[in-house]
Amino acid sequence: MGLFILRRLGLMLLTALCLTFIVFFLTNLYPNLEKLAKTQGNFRMSEEAVESWLGDRGYTDNMFVKYGRWLGVAPGWVTEKEDGTVTGQCFAENALEDSRDRYCGVLQGDWGRSLVFKDDVASLISTRLAATGKLMGFVLLVMVPMALIVGVLAGMREGSGLDRSLSTFSITTTATPEYVSGVIFVAIFASSAFGLKWFKGSATQAIENATFENFFLPVITIALYGMGYIARMTRASMTEVMTAQYIRTARLKGVSFPNIVLKHALRNALIAPFTVIMLQIPWLLNGVVIVETLFNYKGFGWLLVQAASNNDIQLLLAVSVVSVVVVLITQLISDIGYVYLNPRIRIS
Amino acid sequence: MEPLTWTGPLGAYLDTITLALAAAFFVAVLAMIALNAAGATGRVVTNPDGTLSTSGSPYDLLASAVKWIGVALIGLVLAYFVVGVFGGPDAGGIVGALSQRMTPVWIALLLTFAISIGFKRKLGLYGKLFDSTVGMIGFALVMFWVFTGVFGALDMIITHDPLSQVSGMKNKVPGTPLSGAEEGDYQWYLLGGDNLARDVFSRVVKGAWVVVQIAPLATLFAFMVGITLGLPAGFYAGKLDTVLSFIANLILAFPVILLFYLLVTPEIVATGLPNYMAAVLFIFPLIFVGVLLNARYYTQPSIRTPLLLVVLGFLGWIYLSLISASGTKINILPASLDLFDIPGGILVVFVSVVFVNAPTVFRIVRGLALDIKTRDYVAAAQTRGEGPWYIMLWEILPNARGPLIVDFCLRIGYTTILLGTLGFFGLGLPPESPDWGTTINDGRRLLSIYPHAALVPALALLTLVLGLNLLADGLREESLKD
Repeated sequence: MGLFILRRLGLMLLTALCLTFIVFFLTNLYPNLEKLAKTQGNFRMSEEAVESWLGDRGYTDNMFVKYGRWLGVAPGWVTEKEDGTVTGQCFAENALEDSRDRYCGVLQGDWGRSLVFKDDVASLISTRLAATGKLMGFVLLVMVPMALIVGVLAGMREGSGLDRSLSTFSITTTATPEYVSGVIFVAIFASSAFGLKWFKGSATQAIENATFENFFLPVITIALYGMGYIARMTRASMTEVMTAQYIRTARLKGVSFPNIVLKHALRNALIAPFTVIMLQIPWLLNGVVIVETLFNYKGFGWLLVQAASNNDIQLLLAVSVVSVVVVLITQLISDIGYVYLNPRIRIS
Repeated sequence: MEPLTWTGPLGAYLDTITLALAAAFFVAVLAMIALNAAGATGRVVTNPDGTLSTSGSPYDLLASAVKWIGVALIGLVLAYFVVGVFGGPDAGGIVGALSQRMTPVWIALLLTFAISIGFKRKLGLYGKLFDSTVGMIGFALVMFWVFTGVFGALDMIITHDPLSQVSGMKNKVPGTPLSGAEEGDYQWYLLGGDNLARDVFSRVVKGAWVVVQIAPLATLFAFMVGITLGLPAGFYAGKLDTVLSFIANLILAFPVILLFYLLVTPEIVATGLPNYMAAVLFIFPLIFVGVLLNARYYTQPSIRTPLLLVVLGFLGWIYLSLISASGTKINILPASLDLFDIPGGILVVFVSVVFVNAPTVFRIVRGLALDIKTRDYVAAAQTRGEGPWYIMLWEILPNARGPLIVDFCLRIGYTTILLGTLGFFGLGLPPESPDWGTTINDGRRLLSIYPHAALVPALALLTLVLGLNLLADGLREESLKD
């Protein structure tokens, strides 16, 4: 088990390195850098001015060297201008010779600065991630019980009217992406056209002060899309368990149906959904980006859109590191959890 | 011109009945669910022929009530559409007018169903689909949008030009008469005007064409890539499998939206990266077809060589004209030989959707190949001395077709959702494009005041994806039966 986790961690590290390098490569392609120079400097810079602006800041170096600097394994750039001022990646302009750091990268805990928000990337990410964590927490709180109840109810009597109506419901939710259900919910429950106005169409205030009125729609929008798949998986595993020999034995012994479902079937039926729930979390991240844009909730997804549309390199890299780590950790947890929950695998 | 109401004069008679029936249906279904959850399934009776059935309980009464109310409800809804086809807006209001505009779609749907049901025993898996209600509903929804897209592209359904703006029609509610209408113009904006005063109905119909074109084709390409790489990965396993699986997982670990943003921004497009990716991804169908035919006719060189020359020559020509477009980084083919140019935005969208979908297909195919290669018929083929590619493509692949067809349907739905996501973030497709994602994105800014502009494409996308999901469910059910 220990070896398995170690191997998985190693693979995770390799994946994270590859992915951040791809992001780094794409954001550092020359047209992107040119745009960066023009937005940071001024828009009417000549070709040579752009070239020297980029050269002074180490952008024109070899891609691998630049990536190494971001990681903190290669020394940061240092430029000495003709008038003697020395600028560098890792120290303020004209810092004293011996107080200059050589390395400043992720390994040294320096995530860089966001050019759009003019702020430290690490602090930006942590505040936005907290906001999204709140959203995700509520989503899981709503989604998981709902999905499990729907799945178990549908799966306990395969082919019954209850099964059909609940299965139709879960197929409909999987067919409704967040931007569709969000639009429909806002139109029905928050617009003046239908006159209901039960909820608010914007969740901007929910960051400081989440109320039922401003937070319910975003939460239910993400929860619904994610829940259909989990419910269908739960249903499949429940129907499989319900046809098992030991359930038949219990029925023949005269155990009541609710008792069979709750005491005998449920525990075995919940192993598979656990994996699915964990693997669903990275997909929620996608939904989070859409919903945060739609409801204007300034969390991590919103940050991703801002960073990507402005080619904010440092921020974008940090965002992708975080999201890749989320994906890989949930995969790891789902693997370990599956082994741990399933006695057949655990014992052998 | 008077503004149209939703159901027109017909509604005056039918609306109350329809609403009452719908409410009754809803209550009956809820009651049925509650009874079922409480465990009341009725008394078990032994029939004369020895079978068991339940009867005489409140549950059975409810079940038949649900059935008959449902039938009545469907009949009433059909009445709206039938009256609409013949009476148009004057008899059936907006619904009637829409139904009349859709007449070619109804005819095509009826024909498709009549022919398919008539010959269903001779049509294999496709024919079996018509044994399952869920599958038929799904197929009807999908074909509805396919026909809408096709006839919309032929300018048969739309009422106005999807790009033209009519002054005075900005954000107008559905059924508003066209301001300054002239003789020969259609007199209403049936589903209202959007924030640039364009006709919502015509845009949705035109958008259906964009989706119906791109989604299945992109899924097909993703399948070609996934199959061509997944079969050897599963068959040979070992190092090749490790490397390919690692790459697939790498792409899958990427948040889709971040990937889209990275690939689709104008700066990246300017570097030509999407064109190079297109050049790589589009070569897979060529490899697939080439290997497929080569493996089949390897022992008959007199057939194989000319066949391969013709097929690969033709496909190669299409491939070259696909990837080379003037004004981009790849411009190999002279203009006289270039069959068609794909507009830059569409190509980028296409490539990124294929790129995102291919790894999942790869994983499915790899899993299936790993499973099937242990079967006896594979061993038999190996003993016969067949080559590995023959076994992969002519023994393993046909036996994996069931799950692959089901997944194909599901994946078209997923691709449609991805296309919508791209449009929703304003990526790739031009801003005036009528595709549903872009239209939803346009409409969402005024959502709380004028919801119709975003609601109509949202419902369109929902029904199409729902149809594809139901179709996949029906296919799965039917393919498991034998």
